[in-house]
Amino acid sequence: MTVASDAFELERALHAFVVREARLLDDMQLDEWEALFADDGHYWLPASVGASDPLREAAHLYDDRLLRQVHIERLRSAHAHSQQSPGRSHHLLQSPEVLEANEADNCYRLRTSFVYTELRGGRTVSLPGVAHHRLRRSSAGFLIVLKRVDLLHAAEPLPAIEFYI
Amino acid sequence: MTTSPDLLVRADQIHRDLYLSPDVFALEQQRLFRRAWLFVGHDSQIPAAGDYISCVLAGQPVLMLRRDDAGVSVLHNRCAHKGAPVVSAASGKIARVLRCPYHGWTYGTDGALVGMPLKDGYEGTAFNHSEAARGLAPWGEVAVHRGFVFARAESDGRTFEQSMGELLEALDLIADRSPVGRLQIAGGVLRTEFRANWKVYLENINDSVHPVTTHASATLSARSVWGSPSEGTVPPLAMRQLLPFGSGYSFFEQMGGRILPGGHSVLGTRQSLHSSYTSLGDYGQALREAHGEARAEKVLDFSPQNVVFYPAMALKGAPQVMRVLRPLAHDRTVVEAWAFQPVGAPDSLLESALLYNRQVFSPLSLIAHDDLHLFERIQRSLGSGPNNWVSLHREARGAPPPGPRDVGGVDEALLRNQYVAWASLMAEHFPGSRGAQQ
Repeated sequence: MTVASDAFELERALHAFVVREARLLDDMQLDEWEALFADDGHYWLPASVGASDPLREAAHLYDDRLLRQVHIERLRSAHAHSQQSPGRSHHLLQSPEVLEANEADNCYRLRTSFVYTELRGGRTVSLPGVAHHRLRRSSAGFLIVLKRVDLLHAAEPLPAIEFYI
Repeated sequence: MTTSPDLLVRADQIHRDLYLSPDVFALEQQRLFRRAWLFVGHDSQIPAAGDYISCVLAGQPVLMLRRDDAGVSVLHNRCAHKGAPVVSAASGKIARVLRCPYHGWTYGTDGALVGMPLKDGYEGTAFNHSEAARGLAPWGEVAVHRGFVFARAESDGRTFEQSMGELLEALDLIADRSPVGRLQIAGGVLRTEFRANWKVYLENINDSVHPVTTHASATLSARSVWGSPSEGTVPPLAMRQLLPFGSGYSFFEQMGGRILPGGHSVLGTRQSLHSSYTSLGDYGQALREAHGEARAEKVLDFSPQNVVFYPAMALKGAPQVMRVLRPLAHDRTVVEAWAFQPVGAPDSLLESALLYNRQVFSPLSLIAHDDLHLFERIQRSLGSGPNNWVSLHREARGAPPPGPRDVGGVDEALLRNQYVAWASLMAEHFPGSRGAQQ
């Protein structure tokens, strides 16, 4: 294959990863979704614009594997009364932009503009934002090192949001 | 329908219109939130002269401003000229003077009118005797304790110290978690907007019966995922913060509470969900050196579930976090969750506070979810059916003695106490004031 088609294949694979990641969330295939993260992978939803430190600045979420698993377990719990009439989510994605594809450092970064919509108890909440994926290639395919979600409303009062964005 | 406080609040139950009526809310804005000492902000948010934050008190935009003399002003954010807001940002720093962006009137950091363009045009007019000449109106009295800024629009004749009583000792104990006795707001704020009355949230802060049922989803999930690791494994801090929410009724019963005049309270005087967080090391030593052995021990022993500053603020001692309620309408409220860094203490304390806020108060958090869902549903279901009343009967036997007293952790006296204060702050005739504000 030529260099150009290699690059095209790589970009296609990265795009497919981001699209599948959102689909797994919307389809509530949460174990499969969680398995997309590296062992040291984090999900980060900052509560400010231009956040730089997930531990020393307020964040809506900064979840490692343990907390993601607790979160997922809760959504399935019979005791989660907010899920008695289960909510649903929908990600509308713009085509991702590959910001970095560095095979030497095994670092791949994508930026994806989106609108997230959640329906719960008959009420709809729509939140636009930008998702930043930092990926690492492994024998099992790409893994998420960091998914950072920058909401347009990051620093505004938010209503209760049930699912991962 | 009545908005008469006397008819809406009984000794052991309260009328549902307290939550459901826009008229009652309007009256709360006119009376309760003007007569109570409201938390405005922390002075670490405005360290230098000219620094300000803006916020809303009782439905009115105000700014809290560090004066040139290092004091703190709380002023209406309303130009004396045409009513434009003199600042629009949530926080910032003014140049030498506050300058209204509309016609350029300028004010000192105490709110006094300093100047305006075309000053000659006012000569020979009655301007000097007008309201406008007085500059930016102060919200009322301002009191600062350990950096916490409170303001009250209407006085009942009692001092800040008299109104706050034992709360100030609780504040001292929390502030003394810093070896230099000073807390600093750090890391930013988490804000959640929910569609329910502010009092539903405030009651919940003093309600230690709900976790067993409400938070089962979070605590059972945490337990099931964390599993039963081998003997001696210390759970990560995230788990140490989550798992205690699964404590049983007897734990909450024994945690103890203290009710104080004015609707204030301390929940968790003997123990709380936060009793066993901090690993101390050098920090414990620094506290002992700064405060002495006995005081340091007292400071570290004090880890209340919540210290409630009626009507709209609550503090936790360990972790050092604060919630502030910003009521927007009878059925809409914003709650803010702030974190403190005790000055001179390790950064891990701030990280622990921010972790706590993410896990418990974030609008996406495990714990807050179940609470918020219920609050919003209560706002919709409470009006249903013939029962006008919300029950506060648990342990309501006989008339309680006045003054501060210790109660059990699950005694609804903690809530009844809030409504004694509510009725008094809502009364048509208020001691020391001109009565109802129109």
